[in-house]
Amino acid sequence: MAKKIDETQVRRVAKLARLDLTDDEVARFSTQLSAILGYVEKLNELDTDSVEPLAHCLPMHNVFREDVITESLDTELALRNAPQHFESFFKVPKILDEDSGA
Amino acid sequence: MADELLNLTCKQLRDKITAGTVTSVTAVEAVFAQIEALDDKVGAYISTYKDRALEAAQTIDRKIATGKSTGPLAGVPVAIKDNMCTDFGETTCGSKILENFQAPYNAHVIEKLRAADAVLIGKTNLDEFAMGSSTENSALKQTLNPWDLGSVPGGSSGGSAAAVAARMCFAALGSDTGGSIRQPAGFCGVVGLKPTYGRVSRFGLVAYGSSLDQIGPVTGNVTDAALMMNVIAGHDKRDSTSVSNDMAPVCNYLEKLNEDVKGLKIAIVPEFNAGADQNVQNALTSALDVYKNLGAQIIEVKMPHLDYAIAAYYLIATAEASSNLARYDGVHYGHRTENPADYVEVYSKSRAEGFGAEVKRRITLGTYALSSGYYDAYYLKALKVRNLIRTDFTKTFKEADCIIMPTSPTTAFKLGEKIEDPLQMYLADIYTIAANLAGLPAISIPCGLDKANLPIGLQILSPAFTEKKLLRIARMFEGKTDYHNKKPVFQL
Amino acid sequence: MSELEYKIVVGLEIHVHLATRTKMFCGCELVYGGEANSRVCPVCIGMPGVLPVMNKQAYEFALLTALALNCKISDFTKWDRKSYYYPDLPKNYQISQYDLPLAEAGYIEIPLETGQTKKIRIIRVHLEEDAGKNTHTLGNFSAVDLNRAGTPLLEIVTEPDMNSPAEVRALAVELQRIVRYLGVSNADMQKGHMRFEPNINLQITKAGTEYKTPIVEVKNLNSFRAVEKSVAFEVRRQLDEFAETGRTMASGNKSTRGWDDENEVTVLQREKEEAHDYRYFPDPDLVPVEMTDEWLTRIKSRLCELPIEMQKRFITEYSLSDYDAGVLTAERKTAEFFDAAVKAGADAKRVCNLLTQTGMKLANEAGCNVADLGISAENLAKLAKMAGAGDISATASATIFEEMAKTKKAPDVIAAELNLLQKSDAGELESVVDEVLAANPDAVADAASGGKKTKKARGFLLGRVMQKTKGQANPKVVSQILDKKLS
Repeated sequence: MAKKIDETQVRRVAKLARLDLTDDEVARFSTQLSAILGYVEKLNELDTDSVEPLAHCLPMHNVFREDVITESLDTELALRNAPQHFESFFKVPKILDEDSGA
Repeated sequence: MADELLNLTCKQLRDKITAGTVTSVTAVEAVFAQIEALDDKVGAYISTYKDRALEAAQTIDRKIATGKSTGPLAGVPVAIKDNMCTDFGETTCGSKILENFQAPYNAHVIEKLRAADAVLIGKTNLDEFAMGSSTENSALKQTLNPWDLGSVPGGSSGGSAAAVAARMCFAALGSDTGGSIRQPAGFCGVVGLKPTYGRVSRFGLVAYGSSLDQIGPVTGNVTDAALMMNVIAGHDKRDSTSVSNDMAPVCNYLEKLNEDVKGLKIAIVPEFNAGADQNVQNALTSALDVYKNLGAQIIEVKMPHLDYAIAAYYLIATAEASSNLARYDGVHYGHRTENPADYVEVYSKSRAEGFGAEVKRRITLGTYALSSGYYDAYYLKALKVRNLIRTDFTKTFKEADCIIMPTSPTTAFKLGEKIEDPLQMYLADIYTIAANLAGLPAISIPCGLDKANLPIGLQILSPAFTEKKLLRIARMFEGKTDYHNKKPVFQL
Repeated sequence: MSELEYKIVVGLEIHVHLATRTKMFCGCELVYGGEANSRVCPVCIGMPGVLPVMNKQAYEFALLTALALNCKISDFTKWDRKSYYYPDLPKNYQISQYDLPLAEAGYIEIPLETGQTKKIRIIRVHLEEDAGKNTHTLGNFSAVDLNRAGTPLLEIVTEPDMNSPAEVRALAVELQRIVRYLGVSNADMQKGHMRFEPNINLQITKAGTEYKTPIVEVKNLNSFRAVEKSVAFEVRRQLDEFAETGRTMASGNKSTRGWDDENEVTVLQREKEEAHDYRYFPDPDLVPVEMTDEWLTRIKSRLCELPIEMQKRFITEYSLSDYDAGVLTAERKTAEFFDAAVKAGADAKRVCNLLTQTGMKLANEAGCNVADLGISAENLAKLAKMAGAGDISATASATIFEEMAKTKKAPDVIAAELNLLQKSDAGELESVVDEVLAANPDAVADAASGGKKTKKARGFLLGRVMQKTKGQANPKVVSQILDKKLS
């Protein structure tokens, strides 16, 4: 039987998630996730055509804050955990494709 | 003497400290003596803060000596699961990617504990990013079950449950996304409460599955759980999903705690419970007898969708996690790979190096469930089933005050027993997950020991925002039994 | 290529920064510029465990704009996460609105060069958070500043209803005017408050068959000039490309281009519409928004008359030229100041002249709006009426305007103080005219001759009268007296 999620798909998804998986991980995940996806197929036993999706358990809406300024972090604190910074910028290897995809 | 002190409840200790018969410093020293004696073996703590704790204890002792008023946890040593941000030390989430992360802020619950004059003594181990049921997924250390050092403490709040069970603190906070407070509480023979979603602010709790995560207490008894709830429950405007006091007023959970609930109706789901070990089923039957003797009525119900909870949960939780964990990328904080070839490698290599296998597995699964072409079949389908599960509860709660079921199908399993088979590990959450999907409060209390002398947990679930009643129901059982007084005996 | 018949088809996607005090989901102050990462907090850095809380003002600004764009406001909206990895996006997802935008199906009316207007349909309006900023001046490294991250951003998407570069520009300008009228954005192009992304293609008719060229999206334009020029460039480029390759629109061949402002060309960025997989899903950290009638009514009461409506009214009711009406309605303050003066009884054209000829120059020098010079609409009306009645000369009205701005005094007070009131008393002036005529018989003769010299001589005599009255005579009245005496 074909796997629910083959290695090519695992690689595609890992790329989307920016996870540099080893070949071994890809093979293992393909097997393990296929087993899990096989299990979750049981959801299809249920007819949910007329059921609303439930993303939030709480019947809450319209939670806002007023447009009032609160103190920002000291720049030093903001950068304290940065792996690399230059002056007060976060520093990363040069970004080549200017298009963010946004 | 030290043992006697460590066997006090939070409430007893607080009363002695405020009465001046014991100092907070003594309590903190006793706790650290216990940690120094046991934690090399148990491995409950990722970090401890003895000097800070002693300093805080001194401050509280001085307050009391000078007649100043103190909070409800005055001088009580409390531990925190290491996925709650503290403005001191590191907040690691049991992950290499955050191993050195120092939060410049406190979680809401940390502020609450401080305001209640609790003494924070350390941060406990967990499955990496709270993903797991055995604490074996921590990248930083291994935690063992104090009742049997060859078994897991449960997870993901395994460190908190083990610390309370081994009296290395008087109470702890855990977080529960699919059972992560209740299941380790059950495995370690302590009390664990997952409050209603929205009852306790998630601000500063490192997110795993945002629509499911909830912080709650891990304690030695029901009274202390109520006391902890008095401190941590309530609205926080920094969490949009924190319920307002209008919608659900906070209450004094200690009030009337020892009064039995009259005319108590308990629902059980026999078909569902049949999946548990014989040991567990026997304990459940005895527990129900205790309630019957207290005048409770037991009603058998069907909740046909509970069987689908695990499937729905592992899609919803992983989908949310795949997005919540996207921020750990080695750019602004956290682990960054050495010598990346380009900025894309900063992401893909830092994440590959920084995350452990289970986290990667769940991110992959969640990303898949949300990806184009699969969203409807997996994620959306799961949200619909979630609604059906909630409806099951709504119907049941029309007939009963609460539902009782096991916390877990088995007692603590052996180290390494399930780690290679993620699906088997997931199936161990069968009884705890539904409460998270429906956002309901649920508590696990000790209800016996199996033949191997391992604790068995009894789970009680109740309607949203009825923690007060839930605690009373739990206390009814505790008042008639002695399981909560059983302590692990160490053979070091 | 001129023999080909073609139609330009352009739709616009516009991003507008809202002028709230704080960011969309945290309380960090919105300030342009400043030290990098000085306006950031755990929420907008995307640190672990922190949570977003929606800024009400940002939401209401968005509603107000959507209403001004004649959109249908949704009863129910929610927040979604849009996932992609980029260093200026600290959470690696953007909080946005996907399938349930806060408003849909509206239109914007834009003025055309012909004096007419055109309705461009709006598909949707939604709110999202802006990203930070990457700069690439560090050799092999890029630098990330998150001060901008979390700025409330309104995204407006139009139907492809524009058919010329000028129309695209007109829409951009009109939208700027609207958001400024509403006070929801400073819409300062230099500060990147408005960014435009046109989607451009052509419908070419060749030998009776219609062909559509592949759609090109030009990213991140932040000046009106660039918007217009880039569309014009694309039209030429796509015509040439079609002639060369004959390529037509097909699924997946939409491309993305950037604008090279220096060389005024578009540059290919991405050949094929990559199969982006943004994995949108509802943000579990935020709750939905439900619209109530009461709330919507409250927002509606904050709407003002739209610039295009005012402009049309000034033309029809006040008989202003297209041009004048356009100048006066460029900014809401000016338009309302003008309108109030006219409503106080002054002649529209005269108020218009005072504002455009004198007031705007002054305002420009003072670096403020003409309405902020300290002159009340009543006094402006009074000044216009005085000029209309001939109580003061045109030169004097400019002087008085300046004095009004300086001293805040009423124009009649200033005119009296500076002795700028014109004499219109015919009796008094007649005697001066008589004196001048008597003193200048030659000019009188020339003026009466009816010949070539008449005009010049009359001018000379008028000048003498003005001189004698130190410029305070009303030239109209003097002229009438001269006419009478010389005929």
